[in-house]
Amino acid sequence: MRAPAYPGSARILDMTECLQWARYHWQRLMGSRNRDDDERPYSYSSLLACGGKSSQTPKLAGKHRVVVPHLRPFKDEYDKFSGTYVNNRIRTTKYTLLNFVPRNLFEQFHRAANLYFLFLAVLNWVPLVEAFQKEITMLPLVVVLTIIAIKDGLEDYRKYKIDKQINNLVTQVYSRKEKKYVDQCWKDVAVGDFIRLSCNEVIPADMVLLFSTDPDGICHIETSGLDGESNLKQRQVVRGYAEQDSEVDPEKFSSKIECESPNNDLNRFRGYLEHSNKERVGLSKENLLLRGCTIRNTEAVAGIVVYAGHETKAMLNNSGPRYKRSKLERRANTDVLWCVLLLVVMCLTGALGHGIWLSRYENIMFFNIPEPDGHVISPVLAGFYMFWTMIILLQVLIPISLYVSIEIVKLGQIYFIQSDVDFYNEKMDSTVQCRALNITEDLGQIQYLFSDKTGTLTENKMVFRRCSVAGFDYCHEENAKRLESYQEAISEDEDSTDTPVDSLSNMVKPRAPSCRSVHNGPLGSKCSNHLAGSCSALGSREGASEVPHSRQAAFSSPIETDVVPDTRLLDKFSQITPQLFTPLDETIPDPLLETLYIMDFFIALAICNTVVVSAPNQPRQKIGLSSLSGMPIKSLEEIKNLFQRLSVRRSSSPSLAGGKEPSPGVPNAFVSRLSLFSRMKLASPVEEETSPGSERPQGSGDSPCPPDMEKQNSDPGLPEGETAPSPGQPSTSTLCYEAESPDEAALVYAARAYQCTLRSRTPEQVVVDFAALGSLTFQLLHILPFDSVRKRMSVVVRHPLSNQVVVYTKGADSVIMELLSVASPDGASLEKQQMIIREKTQKHLDDYARRGLRTLCIAKKVMSDAEYAEWLRNHFLAETSIDHREELLLESAMRLENKLTLLGATGIEDRLQEGVPESIEALQKAGIKIWMLTGDKQETAVNIAYACKLLEAGDKLFILNTQSKDACERLMSTILKELQEKNPASPEPPSPREGLPRLPATQDSRLRAGLVITGKALEFALQESLQRQFLELTACCQAVVCCRATPLQKSEVVKLVRNHLRVMTLAIGDGANDVSMIQVADIGIGISGQEGMQAVMASDFAIAQFKHLGKLLLVHGHWCYTRLSNMILYFFYKNVELP
Amino acid sequence: MTWSATARGAHQPDNTAFTQQRLPAWQPLLSASIALPLFFCAGLAFIGLGLGLFYSSYGIKELEYDYTGNPGTGNCSACALADQDRAPPLRCSCAWYFSLPELFPGPVYLYYELTNFYQNNRRYSVSRDDTQLSGLPSALLHPANECAPYQRRASGLPIAPCGAIANSLFNDSFSLWHQRQPGGPYVEVPLDRTGIAWWTDCHVKFRNPPLVNGSLALAFQGTAPPPNWPRPVYELSPDPNNTGFINQDFVVWMRTAALPTFRKLYARIRQGNYSTGLPRGTYLVNITYNYPVRAFGGHKLIVFSNISWMGGKNPFLGIAYLVVGSLCILMGFVMLVVYIRYQDQNDEDEDAE
Repeated sequence: MRAPAYPGSARILDMTECLQWARYHWQRLMGSRNRDDDERPYSYSSLLACGGKSSQTPKLAGKHRVVVPHLRPFKDEYDKFSGTYVNNRIRTTKYTLLNFVPRNLFEQFHRAANLYFLFLAVLNWVPLVEAFQKEITMLPLVVVLTIIAIKDGLEDYRKYKIDKQINNLVTQVYSRKEKKYVDQCWKDVAVGDFIRLSCNEVIPADMVLLFSTDPDGICHIETSGLDGESNLKQRQVVRGYAEQDSEVDPEKFSSKIECESPNNDLNRFRGYLEHSNKERVGLSKENLLLRGCTIRNTEAVAGIVVYAGHETKAMLNNSGPRYKRSKLERRANTDVLWCVLLLVVMCLTGALGHGIWLSRYENIMFFNIPEPDGHVISPVLAGFYMFWTMIILLQVLIPISLYVSIEIVKLGQIYFIQSDVDFYNEKMDSTVQCRALNITEDLGQIQYLFSDKTGTLTENKMVFRRCSVAGFDYCHEENAKRLESYQEAISEDEDSTDTPVDSLSNMVKPRAPSCRSVHNGPLGSKCSNHLAGSCSALGSREGASEVPHSRQAAFSSPIETDVVPDTRLLDKFSQITPQLFTPLDETIPDPLLETLYIMDFFIALAICNTVVVSAPNQPRQKIGLSSLSGMPIKSLEEIKNLFQRLSVRRSSSPSLAGGKEPSPGVPNAFVSRLSLFSRMKLASPVEEETSPGSERPQGSGDSPCPPDMEKQNSDPGLPEGETAPSPGQPSTSTLCYEAESPDEAALVYAARAYQCTLRSRTPEQVVVDFAALGSLTFQLLHILPFDSVRKRMSVVVRHPLSNQVVVYTKGADSVIMELLSVASPDGASLEKQQMIIREKTQKHLDDYARRGLRTLCIAKKVMSDAEYAEWLRNHFLAETSIDHREELLLESAMRLENKLTLLGATGIEDRLQEGVPESIEALQKAGIKIWMLTGDKQETAVNIAYACKLLEAGDKLFILNTQSKDACERLMSTILKELQEKNPASPEPPSPREGLPRLPATQDSRLRAGLVITGKALEFALQESLQRQFLELTACCQAVVCCRATPLQKSEVVKLVRNHLRVMTLAIGDGANDVSMIQVADIGIGISGQEGMQAVMASDFAIAQFKHLGKLLLVHGHWCYTRLSNMILYFFYKNVELP
Repeated sequence: MTWSATARGAHQPDNTAFTQQRLPAWQPLLSASIALPLFFCAGLAFIGLGLGLFYSSYGIKELEYDYTGNPGTGNCSACALADQDRAPPLRCSCAWYFSLPELFPGPVYLYYELTNFYQNNRRYSVSRDDTQLSGLPSALLHPANECAPYQRRASGLPIAPCGAIANSLFNDSFSLWHQRQPGGPYVEVPLDRTGIAWWTDCHVKFRNPPLVNGSLALAFQGTAPPPNWPRPVYELSPDPNNTGFINQDFVVWMRTAALPTFRKLYARIRQGNYSTGLPRGTYLVNITYNYPVRAFGGHKLIVFSNISWMGGKNPFLGIAYLVVGSLCILMGFVMLVVYIRYQDQNDEDEDAE
């Protein structure tokens, strides 16, 4: 880290905060006077705004904020608009040295227990009722207050030190005086400042990106400090600035930015940039760099600060720990209230008795002592005084110390849970995190468990398994075999941990959990920065020999990256020749059409995504056009011409090796790949004999793949079974893909296996190495990113060969199937063929889903230029509107994604996590009802449910997938009737021997039933009128699977069960779609997996794997509950019995 | 590689017996085979202890006489009648004759007992000034506020000793006479009036103020006696070692009782022929009747008692032990029955499965 910019400020830091505060302002004022006042034209109001922290009301408190550059030409304007915005100093501490004592006392007396103590102490100061020595009664209160004050003080001091550290980080801010960027502390950054950042620097404030050294105006940021997601996100320079070659000159920047007021939505930013000529440019979250993120892959960026300090999105998102009251505590609370009642009754009795007794001796001065002035107190008054005296005397009846003790005990329990070595996950170097501090004992009381599927039960490691192109299924037998062998390799790897490769990946991985806490804000990302730095150093040291893959890209373990091509598909693939694109005649024969489909299919796989390409030996250095082979590509036209020339020449000569300048290595590599492939299959000949059928017992029977296929290419002459890529093509295999979702990466890797390699991606172009066609450069016209409403994404490209505008769409099968063109313009035969393909593909899709694969459909659409221009115009309008932008964009996407032609479908396997079936079995044995709520389709969900033993083979399965409410009701009552007939005993029989634990035998004797309900039916079932019946039905079933459920439905299901059955519910999930469910449940558990940290952020406990849930609930939950309840009971015993 | 050694498992919890909750622990499982013997043993032990306590309490001899003087109860009635007027108390005396057919084994203690006297009333029990009683000269003239309204006399003189407890000092006195042979002369039995208070009380807690010119009276100059006292505190006893704040009767009285019926030690009989006890014969207790108890419905009793290893006569303790012990055994039997009955049923259940 660089030295602080001002030597003075470094000195101050050692002082107390109060002194620092004062001197800080003083120095600012002095400094601005000394240094030619154009550097920091501070108004007093702005100083107050940043110092006061609590009362920061900008002048324009309306919906929008206006940001003008913080430079002299706009000084007046700046003071008017942006001067009052908070600057970048952050202060997360609660106290200052001056207000510590009063504020801390104020905070502490918010607790009922302390208030009660205080009340008693004060009561004791009333001479008429005093019972003990005044000073002594103060003692416990003072001790408790002091201890807590010291604890709070230390905590605050720690925060203060962290704040100081962050505030004094150095960044480069443009100074007009020196006409360049100078180093400044973060805290001195103000709204409207221009900031320049280099690669791997942390962003100090939310800023709009105005410049990037990337020729395409892209900047990559890593948001792991913010949401824990380790993948890179693209940010784009504001339109109009990207085209400028030189760096944006703050002197000449005369535009004004208008954007929304600060809010905590990380995924939203709306605004526009108004140039001096009143021209407006829309701004979106793509233009915003968020505080706490790290710049990656980009040499330098510059931007203007729009939100600073506490108004940044990162800080606004910074919520404290969650506070939930546990059931046991609520129960204890009511018991304490009973104690209060008892106390009052006892005191009243005492007071009454005293009054009555005293009235008998009213005139006896012997022991009924008169007042000092000689009056005798009336018995009534004496009784009244006695009441208060009794309250002091019997104060121990109320176990006030119970609360303090419970908290301490829970801290201890959390310590034990967190230090349980069984929860440690070596791969991620993470263990369980308790985010909610006081519901540990509820873990032992869970009755219903709601689980997400993807990433929770399954690994969320997407492995390409099979695909269907143009109605033909390619089942990738060899790939399946490879996966099996990997599983063994991995388990061996785990045993031998001393190998350098393994330790390398272990070293590299801790990064993710260490930066997990958003709370630390920039600090978290700072440490990731360090680690990344050491990692890149490591990478360079190791050179290209070792590939630190785990760091380089998310979702890129070898199991996911290496795909063995299907031989049949390869054969067809090899038929792709450039002639296909020479327009011979209109009627293309069927096989050719199929080949075309295959080609389009793989192109779609390769480009229809948002994958970032990087090379591992130059970490985080994006492969752009500059680093590609020396061929200067000017325009698509040229490439096409070149290509056509070549193809004509090549078609005359049958030999493939003939003059192929653009990518000379490719054919060779292809050939070598083939031979390699044949070699690879020999890798485990023994397995080949034994394994067929064992891999997928339920599915291999009806596989359309000929079983003898494997033997075709096997070449017994090649003994060694290496999987490493041959040296002929080093660059392809070392490319790393960083994707936003694992499916995407899996598809790109699959395409790569078929020699359709994504080489580079920029916002304007995508370069794909296509086996027989060489390097194809697609002009990227538009990307419609994936969202959960549309459930699909599209890219619009100009095809380099046909020069047509082509839309490639990839999405959930149900969505794509609806968008397919009904009437094809190409004639009846084509239409018919398309229909056949569609039917076949649907069959394959159903088959895939039955095998538990995730399915995606790939489709394309060819547009005319005019159509595209028309669409683009409308889309542009939608993009620039501030209000209703989402709706307009959705509408716009709908206009584009229709009349699609189906190319094929893919099946991706989501592998089951380790230990899931055992955990589920154990939990079910413990009497916990498990529901699986997933957005996946029914077949996939049911399959996974079987695989993880949620459903057993003998279970009777009821499927509820009706389309109307009435049908749903009817079906439910039929099922219910059937179930009740099968099980003569009602599901919850009134136990004849209450109190005795129900024997498990009674459960086993009954029929096990499972219920599968789809999203549509769930919608009806959740309606008021059917809720009761639905719950009754689910009570009869051992397991419930809800598929196609939206995040909202998930939370509604949890809410329904929780509120109506009055049971303890637990929700576990890993993705953003589980957040609502996690928040609704009594206990929310997040899995800190690959899908980012949103679920963990919302959760009460975060675990690394599902299998840890068993011990967490059944061991720790049980311990916590029994121990705590015993303690509470003992406290009541001690306090009520003993005084 | 060093870096891997440090980075590896940075978050891995320590695998120690403490953090993994593997420390040896034992939790008794209260099964019938443990609980039943436990109950029987406890019951037997309690009964044994209770019997011992009860018999030693039973062996203690007590002789008490109510001399409150309610009409028709002996010759103290006259005094009681005179007392009713609540005029400045007359010097009234009465006597109690009793005869012992056999030796009353010693050492014999003479108590007085008051009933219905609520010394435990809060306002009464705090009405004293311990600093004054500890002989601090400054406190002597400035009694604590808790003593009010017995803090200062109307004349403004501070009261020494101040407070309601001191003011209500028990001021009856007794003398014991023994007639060896019928018709013979009554011989006074020597009563040991010293050593009846706790050692710490009359040597630490209660001290006289330093003498002025060798005179205790001068030391108490500037103070007034409590309103009910006929004479100042330094004249409580002619014995210079037993007067003032360290007068043993006073010290005994100042230790307030917790219950409205209480005994306080008046004297011990352990001198001369009476060290082994009171021999048989006729006795006369001469009572100087001063203390008014009929106003609050109280009684005054005179008690002769001897003690055992467990203190004075207290049958309750032994009875309590006996009751608890028998309950234990009873519960033990009940549980045994329940155990035997339901054990069989459990077996049947298991057989059925």
